[in-house]
Amino acid sequence: MNTAVEICGVKLKNPVTVASGTFGFGREINEFFPIKELGAVAVKGLTLEKRLGNVSPRICETPSGIMNSVGLQNPGIETFLREELPFLKAEGVPVIANINGSCIEDYVRIAGIAAKSDVDFIELNISCPNVRCGGAAFGQDEKTVEKITREVKAECGEKPLIVKLSPNVTDIRVMALAAEKNGADALSLINTVMGMKIDLKTKKPFFENKVAGLSGAAVHPIAVRMVYQVRTVTSLPIIGMGGIMCAEDAIELMMAGANAVAVGTATLINPYSARDIKNELVRYMSDNGISDIAEIICAAHK
Amino acid sequence: MSDIFNCEIIKKSQCFEYTDLMISAPEIAEKCRPGQFLHIDCGKGTTLRRPISICEVAGTCVRVVFQVKGKGTKALSECEEGGSISVLGPLGNGFDFSGERVLLIGGGLGVFPLLQAAKTAGKNSVAILGFRSADAVYLKEDFEKYCREVYISTDDGTAGEKGFVTDIQKRIICGFDLVMTCGPDIMMKNVSAVCRDNDINCQVSLEERMGCGTGVCLCCTRTVMRGGEPDNLCVCKEGPVFDSREVYF
Ligand SMILES: Cc1cc2nc3c(=O)[nH]c(=O)nc-3n(C[C@H](O)[C@H](O)[C@H](O)COP(=O)(O)OP(=O)(O)OC[C@H]3O[C@@H](n4cnc5c(N)ncnc54)[C@H](O)[C@@H]3O)c2cc1C
Ligand SMILES: Cc1cc2nc3c(=O)[nH]c(=O)nc-3n(C[C@H](O)[C@H](O)[C@H](O)COP(=O)(O)O)c2cc1C
Repeated sequence: MNTAVEICGVKLKNPVTVASGTFGFGREINEFFPIKELGAVAVKGLTLEKRLGNVSPRICETPSGIMNSVGLQNPGIETFLREELPFLKAEGVPVIANINGSCIEDYVRIAGIAAKSDVDFIELNISCPNVRCGGAAFGQDEKTVEKITREVKAECGEKPLIVKLSPNVTDIRVMALAAEKNGADALSLINTVMGMKIDLKTKKPFFENKVAGLSGAAVHPIAVRMVYQVRTVTSLPIIGMGGIMCAEDAIELMMAGANAVAVGTATLINPYSARDIKNELVRYMSDNGISDIAEIICAAHK
Repeated sequence: MSDIFNCEIIKKSQCFEYTDLMISAPEIAEKCRPGQFLHIDCGKGTTLRRPISICEVAGTCVRVVFQVKGKGTKALSECEEGGSISVLGPLGNGFDFSGERVLLIGGGLGVFPLLQAAKTAGKNSVAILGFRSADAVYLKEDFEKYCREVYISTDDGTAGEKGFVTDIQKRIICGFDLVMTCGPDIMMKNVSAVCRDNDINCQVSLEERMGCGTGVCLCCTRTVMRGGEPDNLCVCKEGPVFDSREVYF
């Protein structure tokens, strides 16, 4: 049975990866299972300098999901490269560096640093709803997506560039094409859906940043729809994510057009989620007489 | 190492607003430290797990005590003896027994995680337990089994002394070399201040809204001073116990 997929020339032993910001830098989950069992690991969102993130509270529960407002807390890319990347490389799992910035210049600089490192992919996060300047704003305007993709791509050298799209747009196909035309080598979608909670006691927004990002099972149908739509306009590799809680959810996204998937919120509920989903996927394939994962990918378009 | 266990509910009792569960968890019972917590799947439409402290270890069982606050704790309070719950744990760092004579100071629900600490510290320890009123007093007899002395204070004076735990703390603090405390932030802030004035080490067990419990999502951070600069550390992984001098209340 073949479960391997190739994304931009990098071989993933299976299509199950993990979503940025839900897996730390891999160390914690490696205590539960060997993370090299996964296709790839996307590390938590990185910025040029260390960031402390938003004030508490940063998380709340919703029906079938969660909202978060972490605000890109991270030690900065240099510290990541020095203290965390060697561990991931030693484990032997492909690494996706999720990069973030407050302005295009920041993105360009951090991409240049990532390009010279041992990471396997650069994931351009232009869809974070949790930072006041930058973040989602970049991913919500076609012209900005074009400009930022073009300028970042110029810094990436040989490293494949994944552009992570925001679901908080009217037509995600427009953004996908804007990224493709300006050098994106792959796309990942979806980031969190912008939401809000009002605290009944204080009568004020629950999160200091007012809006927050909805993820988990609640967003899965949105992710399926968007991956399907994007697949109708591009043949770029797609890493599909959004509310994958079990193998069936992952298979659905692959049938909709994803070449690989990322497990996010599910890991917060059960640290074994990504591995369990990978194992269930293999079982699904053998139960259904599927010898190659390629038979599942894009099946809904055939 | 923590792991996920399906734990049978051996015994359940309810008293005042508290639910007291004894669950079968041999692996957790064997390796957990006082001050650590469990991340419990409460079922019934909840998404995230809920953090509940280890109150006591009894043989191969672990005891947890909690109060119904919302959806999750309500669902958990409706569990039945003989049923089972999914538990991720033990999590967090736990208390550090770096002192000989330990003073334990708990307020409200913060009393619960201190019982196993009392058991570990033994007869050298003294506990000050603060509650709202007499009907809220819980675990007093349990603490008396392990501690040299147990003081009770209530806000309204219906049990023990009327007033704050810190009133008692100020009176008896001499003679201790370590304080462990858990309770509302304002209480821990005041307890820490008394310790600072008396130059006594103080460990505080903090609460924050939590996602994963394992340190991957960075949702339950608190600002602490470490290595000379403020940093946001996860209560679930770097805590819940911190040196009071590091914490900004
Ligand atoms: C390390 C730690 C140990 C704890 N130990 C105990 C214990 O032994 N006994 C006990 O009664 N309570 C304990 N708590 C508090 C307990 O976790 C909350 O009361 C509980 O999560 C509330 O959930 P809910 O669904 O009933 O309330 P809701 O308000 O419906 O919860 C909504 C969300 O907010 C979170 N939340 C709400 N209040 C708190 C809080 N005070 N702290 C952290 N998260 C909160 C919930 O986990 C949930 O994700 C502990 C908290 C922490 C962080
Ligand atoms: C706590 C948390 C932190 C996140 N941090 C990032 C981040 O730093 N960068 C990023 O591109 N996406 C981030 N995301 C979005 C996820 O990578 C993913 O796109 C989204 O959660 C949808 O997948 P899910 O429903 O499976 O969680 C974060 C999500 C969560 C829940």
